[in-house]
Amino acid sequence: MADVLTGVGVSPGVGYGPVLRLARSVPQPDADARHSGDDTAEIQRAVQAMQDTADDLSARGERAGGEARQVLDAQALMARDPALSDDVRRRVGEGAAAERAVSEAMAVYREMLAGAGEYMAARVADLDDVRDRVLARLMGVPVPGIPESDTPFVLVANDLAPADTATLDPELVTGIVTREGGPTSHTAILARSLGLPAVVACPGVESIPEGTQLLVDGANGEVTSDPTASDVETLRAAASARAAAVAESSGPGRTRDGHPVPLLANIGGPADLGAAVANGAEGVGLYRTEFLFLDREHAPGHQEQVDAYREVLEAFPGGKVVVRTLDAGSDKPLAFLPPMGEEPNPALGERGMRMGRRVPEVTDAQLRALAEAQQGTQARLQVMAPMVTDAADAEWFADTAGRAGIHDAGVMVEVPAAALRAHHLAETAAFFSIGTNDLTQYTCAADREIGALGRFQDPWQTAVLDLIAATATAAGKADRSCGVCGEAAADPVLSCVLVGLGVTSLSMGATALPLVRAALAQATLEQCRRAGAAALAERGPGEAKRAAREHLPGLADLGF
Amino acid sequence: MAERWVKVASEVGLHARPAAQFVEAASTAAGDVTLAKGDSSPVSAKSILAVMGLDVRNGDEIVISSDGEDAETVLDRLVEIASTA
Repeated sequence: MADVLTGVGVSPGVGYGPVLRLARSVPQPDADARHSGDDTAEIQRAVQAMQDTADDLSARGERAGGEARQVLDAQALMARDPALSDDVRRRVGEGAAAERAVSEAMAVYREMLAGAGEYMAARVADLDDVRDRVLARLMGVPVPGIPESDTPFVLVANDLAPADTATLDPELVTGIVTREGGPTSHTAILARSLGLPAVVACPGVESIPEGTQLLVDGANGEVTSDPTASDVETLRAAASARAAAVAESSGPGRTRDGHPVPLLANIGGPADLGAAVANGAEGVGLYRTEFLFLDREHAPGHQEQVDAYREVLEAFPGGKVVVRTLDAGSDKPLAFLPPMGEEPNPALGERGMRMGRRVPEVTDAQLRALAEAQQGTQARLQVMAPMVTDAADAEWFADTAGRAGIHDAGVMVEVPAAALRAHHLAETAAFFSIGTNDLTQYTCAADREIGALGRFQDPWQTAVLDLIAATATAAGKADRSCGVCGEAAADPVLSCVLVGLGVTSLSMGATALPLVRAALAQATLEQCRRAGAAALAERGPGEAKRAAREHLPGLADLGF
Repeated sequence: MAERWVKVASEVGLHARPAAQFVEAASTAAGDVTLAKGDSSPVSAKSILAVMGLDVRNGDEIVISSDGEDAETVLDRLVEIASTA
């Protein structure tokens, strides 16, 4: 009987092969190891090992490039740290062996970093990795890293360190499974960039013995040990069916029976337009304008804003482009906004439109630039405000936009109060766009940044589905469109449920568009409605997903 | 001895990349460069471990001092790094 573990799939595809574990452990030096008496030679040995480790980390950084390089460069700085090497010299001078001096000196800083809060947890892991590398050199044992093998294998690790990325051979690694990590961990970023199937946050994987055959589903996050031949066959068939369905589906988003569901892209600036167009986006469902405002002393001028907005509008002649006005706050402070008071809880603070109301001149300038940018383009411009809470907010924004010459002004629904009172907001809002990431955070009172609350950061939480349904229903009654522009839209099964609940368009990171387009093409509108109603009737996220799947038989063929 | 006060604007404080940039810039200085936050005693700005150990966050005020011949230039550069969002 095959054992199945579940983690989070972060890079799709099927991996199959024997488990090889990342070598991590380096023997720790004896607590009282002393050197033979020549201080100078022993100090030279310790300093040389630290220097060689730093050089090796820098070289790996250069090979890896990108984000991994930044982390590796910081690790190289740790190995070169003058305060650390002073401490090592002092300890050797007092008689400690080089290994023990390095280990003890690092322990002091490790404790300091560990005491600096969970923010530094990743840096503690980076420092431990540096220590193990220096110790391995001093002891003449292999430097920890990817295991040696001549045949393909599934790599299992607690987590991958950035230093591992440079030595990973994509020809030999057929899949990656880690116990720790999340969708934005080093492991996930690396796996996606190499196109390797990967599952992270998979507790239990650490106890699978080396050599066990492992089947990895990088889309669903399922990891099966000792699968039967038919398990492997079924999963491979589903993966190729998915690839074929993606290849076949093109054009505007629609259900199997032809109900149109515009598929739009979330973008952060003109740089993201290429991927949006390449993946067949019909427009932009969320244009985050913060990039124009961050990292600068003064607000961008009128012409600079007009140019940036026009570039996006011109990419989608005949399509719609939904622009979100500046979303700043104490968590994203901007130099030219008045300083904020201390906010112990920035997610509940003066952010988004709340800040926009306090500095209306910034909002006005942005709206005027948008109105001008639209002139002469064929896209349909819509603007929306973030963090709208009540009907008065919606009214203020519609009035402000109207004065700037924009009449297609809507609201983002991310605060539960707005969802519950959507029927009142619809009196002045021209449309709704549900931001499921924040809506989930506020509905479940669970900070998006806190990993331990992952269970609550799930848009399948049925209370979140209730609020989405309430918003979409109110929008439908008032003849308003209601899109979703959060992560939820990128989940193929959930995208069908959202459509069934009355959502009229879906916007997501461009790379998710083909899979969602393929999933929608497998379900009729009636099936989506039944899946939506079935999900709402359940008590929790797991049950809701299972119930929805039962009504979406076409998706099962794709392995969803 | 030159000294500067600066309010840290980097979103992640002096952690991760800004910390590395800060330490790399400080390491080019001829003399000593120190960094202090609040009432803490100053630490070497050339030590990434000491700088990260201070746990400087967005909005914290820090004092940077240097005694080298190039103190003014080095401090200008460090203030720029710390005050960039």
